[in-house]
Amino acid sequence: MSATPETAPVTPGAGGGPLLAVDDLRVGFATEDGRLQAVDGVSFELEAGEVLAIVGESGSGKSVTAQTIIGLTRSPNSHIEGSVRLSGEELTTQSESDLQSVRGSKIAMIFQDPMTSLNPVYTVGRQIVEAIRAHDSSIDRKSAHAQAAELLGAVGIPDAERRVDDYPHEFSGGMRQRAMIAMGLALEPSVLIADEPTTALDVTIQAQILHLIQDLNRSRGLATILITHDLGVVAEVADRVLVMYGGKVVEEGTLDDIFYDPQHPYTWGLLGSLTRLDQPRPHRLPQISGAPPSLLNLPKGCAFRPRCPHEFAKCAEVPGLEARLPGEPGHRDRCWLPPEQKRKLREIGGRIGLEEPA
Amino acid sequence: MARFLVRRLIGAIAVLFAISVLVFLIFNVVPATNPAQRIAGKNATPQLIKNVEEEWGFNKSLPAQYWTQMKLIFTGKVVSYNSHINIDKRILEGIPATASLCIGAAIIWLSFGILFGYLSAIRAGGLTDRVLTVVALIGISMPVFWLASILLYYFTYKIELFPPSGYKPLSEPREWFSHLILPWITLAVLFVGFYSRVLRSSMLDVMNEDYVRTARAKGLSSRRVMTRHVLRNSLIPIVTLFGLDFGAVIGGGAIVTEYMFNIEGVGLFTAEALKQQDFPSIMAVAIFGAFFIVLFNTLVDVAYAYLDPRIRLGTAAA
Repeated sequence: MSATPETAPVTPGAGGGPLLAVDDLRVGFATEDGRLQAVDGVSFELEAGEVLAIVGESGSGKSVTAQTIIGLTRSPNSHIEGSVRLSGEELTTQSESDLQSVRGSKIAMIFQDPMTSLNPVYTVGRQIVEAIRAHDSSIDRKSAHAQAAELLGAVGIPDAERRVDDYPHEFSGGMRQRAMIAMGLALEPSVLIADEPTTALDVTIQAQILHLIQDLNRSRGLATILITHDLGVVAEVADRVLVMYGGKVVEEGTLDDIFYDPQHPYTWGLLGSLTRLDQPRPHRLPQISGAPPSLLNLPKGCAFRPRCPHEFAKCAEVPGLEARLPGEPGHRDRCWLPPEQKRKLREIGGRIGLEEPA
Repeated sequence: MARFLVRRLIGAIAVLFAISVLVFLIFNVVPATNPAQRIAGKNATPQLIKNVEEEWGFNKSLPAQYWTQMKLIFTGKVVSYNSHINIDKRILEGIPATASLCIGAAIIWLSFGILFGYLSAIRAGGLTDRVLTVVALIGISMPVFWLASILLYYFTYKIELFPPSGYKPLSEPREWFSHLILPWITLAVLFVGFYSRVLRSSMLDVMNEDYVRTARAKGLSSRRVMTRHVLRNSLIPIVTLFGLDFGAVIGGGAIVTEYMFNIEGVGLFTAEALKQQDFPSIMAVAIFGAFFIVLFNTLVDVAYAYLDPRIRLGTAAA
C-alpha cells in the first residue's frame, strides 16, 4: 500500500490525550415546529486503534452526532454547541475551509447506502482520485489513479486495475461499500466513521465488510466509530459501546458491560430483540413497545419513561449519566433503578429483555 | 450506438410521414377557399378555374395529390400557390437568418438560464434566490410581441442604440451583430426564466442525494461539490428542454420574434404562409420544423448517454 508521505497518521495530542474527544456536544435544528434537539450533551473519547459503537433506534441522534464531528450538519438552520477535538485541535470552531482539510484526510466517513453514496456519473476511480487530489493537488492524475487502483485492490476488489475505471452501477452493493472504504482510506485518516455501513447489504456481504473494517482497524490502528442499530454487528467488532436514546447517551461501557451486565432498560430492550441460537426459540421476538419519542417534544424526566415497564416516581427527574456500579467507573448509565433491582428485573424467561415475547 | 441511430432514423421517417399526412389532411378537409379559385384570380371564369384544377392536379384523388405534393417538396420544385416562388429555395434562403437568431439566442438563454438557476439553488431561500425568482417569473410572463415592441421603442427609437429591424448577413459582422442583439434578447428572455427555474429545482433535489454528502465528507470545497457533483447531475432536464426548444425555434418556431424584428427567416416565412393559407408553404415548413424537432430529440438521447453512464442507448430506445 503506497502512502502519501505528506499525510502521516495523526499522532495523539500533546499530553497523551485521546485521539478524538467529543465533549458535551449539542446539535439543534430550527424547524417549522420549533427547535429540534437532535443531540443533547453527548461526550465520548476515542483512542487510536479503538472501535467505538454507537447504537440506538432511528432518530436517536447517532448519525447526527457522527456527521457533526466533521461538520456536515453545519447550516444556517443548525445550532452546534460543545466541543470536538481531534488530537487536541478544536473542530467545531474551525472555518469551513479548515474543516475541508480535515474531512477525508484525517477523519473519513462512509455511509449507510453504498448504492446511492457514489456519484453515478463518474467512474469509481475518478471519485477516489478526486478525494486524493482534493487534499494534495501536487499528486498528478496518473499516479493518483494508480493509487486508486491499489486501494481498491487493498479492500478486496478483484481485478482492481480494470475495475477502477468502472462506473458505480457496474459494482455490486458490497463492492461499492468496499470502494467507499477505499476512498475513505486514500489519505490514511486516523479516524474512520462508519454510519450504518452494513445496513443496506446482504447478510453475507455484511460480514465481509465488517471483517474488512476490523482488519483495517487492527492492521493500521484506524480508530473507528461504528454507528449501527444492529447489536449483532456491535458484538462482532466493538471495543466500547454507547447506547443513545432521544439525543442522549443512556448507557456506555465496554462490549462485555453492555452485553453481559446492561444497566439501562432500553439496552435490555435492544438486547432482548436479538435472535439467539443458544436459547429456546421464542414464539415471537420481543420488542420495545411504543415508538421513539419526538425530539421536538421529549418526555419530562427520563426520556425512556413512557416506554419503560419499570418506571417509578423518581423517573420524573432527569437521570444523569453516572457510574452506578461499584468498581466500574467506565460503565455509566442513566437509570434511577438500583443496580441490584435491575439485575432482577432484566431476566425474563432466562434472557435479557424488557417484556415477555407476545 | 449504430443500431440506436438506425432505429432512430426509421422512427424519424415515420414521424415525418405522420406529420405530413396530418398537415395535408387538415388543409384539405378545412380549406378556406378553393386553391384553384385563388390561383386563377378573383374574376376568373369557371373555365379558367377548371383549367387551373387540371393543371395543378386539384381534381385528382387525395393520395395522388399528397404524393405529388411530397414529390415536389423533396425535389425542390414546390412553388407557392399565391406568389409562384419556389418554396424550398425561400426556406433555404431563410436558414442563415433563422440560424443566426436561434444560435445566438440559445447561447444567451443557456448561459443565463444555467447561471441564474445555479445562483438561485446555492443561495436557496436567500435574497439572491428571491430576486432571481422574481426576475425569472417576469421573464416567463412577458409576451414576446410586447417585449419586442418595448425593446424596439426604447433602444432603437428613443436612444437609437441599435439599428432598426431587419437582418444583415454574416458577411458584415458588425451590422449582423448589432441588428441581432435585440432579437436575441427577445427570444432568450422567456427561456432564461424557464431554464433557471427548472435547474434550480433540479439542483435542490440533487443536493439531498447521498453522493453529495459523500463529496462533502471527502473534503471537497463547496464550489467543487456544487459544480462537479450537483450541477453535473442536474443537467438532464435542461438538456431535455433544450433539445425540444432549440429544435422548435430553429425549425421556424421563432415566428413572433422574426415577425416583430422583420428578420427574413423561416419563422417569418411561416407567418406569411399561415396568413395567406398557402398550402404548399405550410406543408413544407411543417415538415422542415418537424425534421429539426426529431433531429434534436435524437441528439438529446445521445447526450443523455454521455451525461449519465447508466443510460445505454441500445436499451433506452427499446
